Amino acid sequence: MRKMLIIGATSDIAQATVRLWAKAGDSLVLVARNPEKLNILQADLKARGAPVVETITADLNDFDRHEAIIQTAITKLGELDGVLVAHGILPDQKQCENDYSACEAVFRTNFLSVVSLLTPLANYFEAKRQGVIAVISSVAGDRGRRVNYIYGASKGGLNTYLEGLRYRLAPAGVTVLTIKPGFVDTAMTAHRKPKGFLFAAPETVAKDIDRAIRTKKGTLYTPWFWWWILLVVRHTPEFILKKINV
Amino acid sequence: MTYHSWGRFPPVTQQRYYPVRSQVDPVDWESIAGTVLPYGLGRSYGDSCLNEGGTLLLTTPLDHYLLFDAEQGILRCEAGVSLAEILEQIVPHGWFLPVTPGTKFVTLGGAIANDVHGKNHHRAGTFGRYVRQLELLRSDGSRWVCSPEHHPALFRATIGGLGLTGLILWAEITLKPIYSPQIEMESIKFRHLDEFFDLSAESDRDFEYTVAWVDCLSSGNSLGRGIFMRGNHSHEPAPLITRQKPKLRMPGNAPNMLLNPITIKAFNFVYYHKQRQRVKPKTTHYEPFFFPLDAVNQWNRIYGKRGFLQYQFVVPDDDPQVITGIFKRVAASGQGSFLAVLKTFGDVPPAGMMSFPQQGITLALDFPIRRNLFDLLDQIDDIIRAHHGAVYPAKDARMSATNFQAFYPQWEDFATHIDPKFSSSFWRRVTK
Repeated sequence: MRKMLIIGATSDIAQATVRLWAKAGDSLVLVARNPEKLNILQADLKARGAPVVETITADLNDFDRHEAIIQTAITKLGELDGVLVAHGILPDQKQCENDYSACEAVFRTNFLSVVSLLTPLANYFEAKRQGVIAVISSVAGDRGRRVNYIYGASKGGLNTYLEGLRYRLAPAGVTVLTIKPGFVDTAMTAHRKPKGFLFAAPETVAKDIDRAIRTKKGTLYTPWFWWWILLVVRHTPEFILKKINV
Repeated sequence: MTYHSWGRFPPVTQQRYYPVRSQVDPVDWESIAGTVLPYGLGRSYGDSCLNEGGTLLLTTPLDHYLLFDAEQGILRCEAGVSLAEILEQIVPHGWFLPVTPGTKFVTLGGAIANDVHGKNHHRAGTFGRYVRQLELLRSDGSRWVCSPEHHPALFRATIGGLGLTGLILWAEITLKPIYSPQIEMESIKFRHLDEFFDLSAESDRDFEYTVAWVDCLSSGNSLGRGIFMRGNHSHEPAPLITRQKPKLRMPGNAPNMLLNPITIKAFNFVYYHKQRQRVKPKTTHYEPFFFPLDAVNQWNRIYGKRGFLQYQFVVPDDDPQVITGIFKRVAASGQGSFLAVLKTFGDVPPAGMMSFPQQGITLALDFPIRRNLFDLLDQIDDIIRAHHGAVYPAKDARMSATNFQAFYPQWEDFATHIDPKFSSSFWRRVTK
């Protein structure tokens, strides 16, 4: 029966994951922007067995509130055993190429806001000498690609940050999990049609996340075959990537 | 990805899809040209879940529970939650569905829109009777919380309303208490239809669930032989466990000719004779009792690429000869039905305006799509019409507009409740 904080809780992958935790009897604090969606999710998780479900409505682009959000979450549950950070945006690459402010918005939401949230959280768990920090990143952060390198850069920065944080917190017994999903059939990818065989259900990804957290894994490719795909992608020479349009 | 109906007939060519991702800002109506129809898990057999040339509103993302009162047995959840998920949620707390159809892979919204029935119809009536309230979204953006007390006309039109009155966002149902997941059942062989009617009359008093399987290819003296199944929830307290996912899966479409008159006759012969004794008592988990076909994923593919028709009708039970006559006609036509299911409906009043069940005998038949099948069914439709019965829209892909309007003379009243932006292939076919 853990006490878990979920940031970006109404995202499809977060919902699927937190339902597993509700069933397992964990107490939960949910942070998201839309209060109506939060209320629906709160009712759902209570019905599924979570003894306590608290909510905090917040726009995570408002960095000034981050410290207060974390403090409120800790106060609401008394303490925290872990956090899942699940918010993020998938921008229009073409728009980003012509508009720096669009790029900046991506870096703020996908990268800087996570750093801002994890700064107090990392110190909290380090002092507590226990806990897990799990963050949904993406396979897109492993390599720059011409079709999505702004999104990829935001996730790549995040991956490097989390890797360093993992080494810093290891002596304190705190786990940092970088979650790298491939294509997932969610609202974020709703515009992508058709959905090929590589698309996974959020429920599949959620089971992997739950297991990785319980086994204190460091990096998770989900579903599993993305580990193999990225192994190839990471070792593809640049002269090839210059020639093929991926 | 193309969304079919369960019978995979009629084929669909032009259909667009719109996932309803949340009750909050559910549908951007401006962005959808033409008509819409809610689509859940696609278990309707014919064209009542299709909207050729229009858009399907995909409802399975509406999958939140909103309230579960484990003391009172009340569940409120969004319309895309399946009955399978509901059972997973409620059985461990000692509750069960008040009415259980033949598959658990239907959504709550679909169960309401088709006002489904189960093996306990003679006592419990249809699913719609246990709906306490529901919220309906109309294409003008208005939302209506309907119940027997509030907006009762719209409520009754929505139950059994084939998804045409608007989009059901959520519903609240009453559950029934159980002490065990086990069913105490008996299988009883009967040699002809007269024995079925006797067994049915006798069993409806003492058994909550009754249904019969009939060998519809045997003729002469054994015309209408079969196996009668009856059961009750066990009162012996037992661990309230649900069962896991199906283990078998149809890997692809079977050849079109797999189910032919010879194989169907052989199957029915073996099924009838594998039970040696006349009465066989057994205690079984509810899963195989209620959902035998759910054990095989995509079992509909056994009928091959051409698909199949399920045909279900009800006729008043004052004249058993009607059923016998229909059996004779089916047997004579050589159009074998792989599964024939016979049940007595009770006199519980219908919950919805367009509900299919009425007091009498109901028979469900499966037919692979073959030549002359449509002629045979047209002839049976006429018999049913002459005897004031009805054919089930949720399973239909072919009845004539004339016959539909005779089976459901209230259809014009019902049509006044239809949302102007909602339509279906079925509705256009039977109202033209």
